[in-house]
Amino acid sequence: MSEHTLHFRPADGFRARSKAVVDNPFLRQSFRGAMDFLMAKRAAQFPDPEELESLRSLGEAIRQYNLAKLPDLLLQLESRLTANGVKVHWAETPDEANAIILGIVQGHGATKMVKGKSMVSEEIELNHAAEAAGIEALESDMGEYIVQLAGEKPSHIIMPAIHKTKEEIARLFHEKVPGVDYTDNVDALIQIGRDVLRRKFLEAEIGLSGVNFAVAETGTLCLVENEGNGRMCTTAPAIHIAITGIEKIVEKLEHVPPLYSLLTRSATGQNISTYFNMISGPRQPGEKDGPEEVHLVLLDNGRSQAYADEQLRKTLQCIRCGACMNHCPVYSRIGGHAYGTTYPGPIGKIVSPHLLGLDATAGLTTASSLCGACGEVCPVKIPIPELLMRLREEAFSAPRANPVMRGQGAGYSPLISAIWRAWAVVYQSPALYRMVSWLGSRLGGFLPSRQGAWTSVRTPLRPAPKRLRDMLRERG
Amino acid sequence: MSEPVESARRPSDIYFFATCVVDQFFPGAGMDAITLLEREGIRVHFPEEQTCCGQPAYTSGFPDEARRVAAHQLTLFPEDWPVVVPSGSCAGMMKHHYPTLFAADPQRKAQAEALSARIHEFTDFLVNVLGWQPQDRGGDCTVVLHTSCSARREMGVHLTGRRLLGDLKNVRVATQDHEAECCGFGGTFSVKQPEISGAMVEDKVKALKATGAELVVSADCGCLMNILGHAAWQDEQAGRTTPSLPGEHIASFLLRRTGGAQ
Repeated sequence: MSEHTLHFRPADGFRARSKAVVDNPFLRQSFRGAMDFLMAKRAAQFPDPEELESLRSLGEAIRQYNLAKLPDLLLQLESRLTANGVKVHWAETPDEANAIILGIVQGHGATKMVKGKSMVSEEIELNHAAEAAGIEALESDMGEYIVQLAGEKPSHIIMPAIHKTKEEIARLFHEKVPGVDYTDNVDALIQIGRDVLRRKFLEAEIGLSGVNFAVAETGTLCLVENEGNGRMCTTAPAIHIAITGIEKIVEKLEHVPPLYSLLTRSATGQNISTYFNMISGPRQPGEKDGPEEVHLVLLDNGRSQAYADEQLRKTLQCIRCGACMNHCPVYSRIGGHAYGTTYPGPIGKIVSPHLLGLDATAGLTTASSLCGACGEVCPVKIPIPELLMRLREEAFSAPRANPVMRGQGAGYSPLISAIWRAWAVVYQSPALYRMVSWLGSRLGGFLPSRQGAWTSVRTPLRPAPKRLRDMLRERG
Repeated sequence: MSEPVESARRPSDIYFFATCVVDQFFPGAGMDAITLLEREGIRVHFPEEQTCCGQPAYTSGFPDEARRVAAHQLTLFPEDWPVVVPSGSCAGMMKHHYPTLFAADPQRKAQAEALSARIHEFTDFLVNVLGWQPQDRGGDCTVVLHTSCSARREMGVHLTGRRLLGDLKNVRVATQDHEAECCGFGGTFSVKQPEISGAMVEDKVKALKATGAELVVSADCGCLMNILGHAAWQDEQAGRTTPSLPGEHIASFLLRRTGGAQ
């Protein structure tokens, strides 16, 4: 199920990958069970619909306020961080981000890196770049560690190994970790992982982490985590490198608590996470611990394209809680790997086209019934169905000059567009509609019994012999 | 949801926008909805020029085509009467998306906004405008209600269908597992992603059948087309001649339970 090719087209093979999961009763049940569990946990956190609604409105307002000031806030963040002794780097592309990070690592002659959970590092495929440069990049979040051992990618942005059973993990540890006997005792498995990682935290020269919120007024990087590995990565090694997308910024410290609360409650159904790290700079003279150097890499990778359009900008409100995935009837049927993108599920479908271009992702925009479950649970009120419809338009319309999005028109089909034009001609003309629907009612019984994909699991559609308008006319 | 109106403001006339799916595939449901409204003393006007709300093109990424079709529907309702739509999905399109669709055309935008305020989903109209309380005249029966995602999340009328069924004293309303989950129809989604849509409708039919209900009712014929189409396909595969999951539009069920046209 894992995809390892760089620069591939996730939309290619999406149907085949989703079919493989849908046809596997074990996987289907396993995803369903996991998503049901997460939905129940979230629901228990928000017993009062009115409180939830006002919190969501607050979350939305905070994100929109900060996005509106994003260019200024980025400069403010840079200057505050620089004053705090943090080195700030700007990367437009994944390649640039990798070059910056590996440049820092190699500049120190380092060869060992431990990583806290960071989806942006997945987005730039840092582990591959590090491996190619002869640098060990070890994932220290338990879920990430498991998928790395398995040679896979995360299938969920919060729970990377949610597609794996404890038996699979037991076999994996037995095969891949030297000297480990088979056990499917979960506590024992966690202890095995901890033993391996504990040594790595002490050995690594470089710690890498993501960022949940970057606070511009104070130059503070906030990191939300449950395992303590994030704190280890950002304090034990001599060099800490943080990487984040340019949209994760808030102006004020006071913006953080509401977003943090929405994040943990929506993501894992926790009141608060076990750890909350606030990193404002390297070790100061006289301090006994902390990294000697702290770097922040700010990545664009298509975000400024989304930013430039008023409607598409809402994509950047995301705080990466994953609730949209947990509640998505498509994600819960096919799991994260089927999407072939770093970010799967509803948020993945609206973010990935900016990261990878519509030429690589046009087909993914159709993988939604627009049921609206994602938009309903989004803690910052991203109108995901509305954005999906917009992306469909960008993908399937004829290529235009100066498009808003990379790959606009990639899904354009002259035939399909002609069919929709013809459809509009019929349905905007009462006379033509009357004629076509009358023909349908006459010919209904003669329509083929095989009607493409519709009849793969359904009986054929046949117009009724009399239309409602015929029945009304006969009744008089 | 509409605010309840006092009886003094109870409309004497309404427009009925049947939707293209009801006109062509479920005409009986449209007929039953009209009969029920007329029986309750409402004059029902069916503009002959009506076609489709435009949603299929809109959700498929063809807003220009949707706009052309929608612009035609804007011209059909000159009197200031409520427009009743026997579908949460099409009502949602007309109520919530028409104003956006015509955002760049001030004249049509104003028309769309005025129309939007008059659009009522059928069960919402019965409960919140007419204040109708059905008197059950049928025998004991168990049904299960499927509410469309648009009715639930866009129109917020998932409670009105349940309320009407709940008022029928001899009808037990079963609750299915994952009730709020989409049936997998989604218009062109069902043919663009047939594997995923197929898995969704398979699970939905399974959950509906597991309730042991004699009948599934819904206020949306798009969902019914998908759900009943899959259930019938299962019957065909198994060589069954009687439907394992019969179903109908809630208008037909309500009309039958409350004494038909009389």
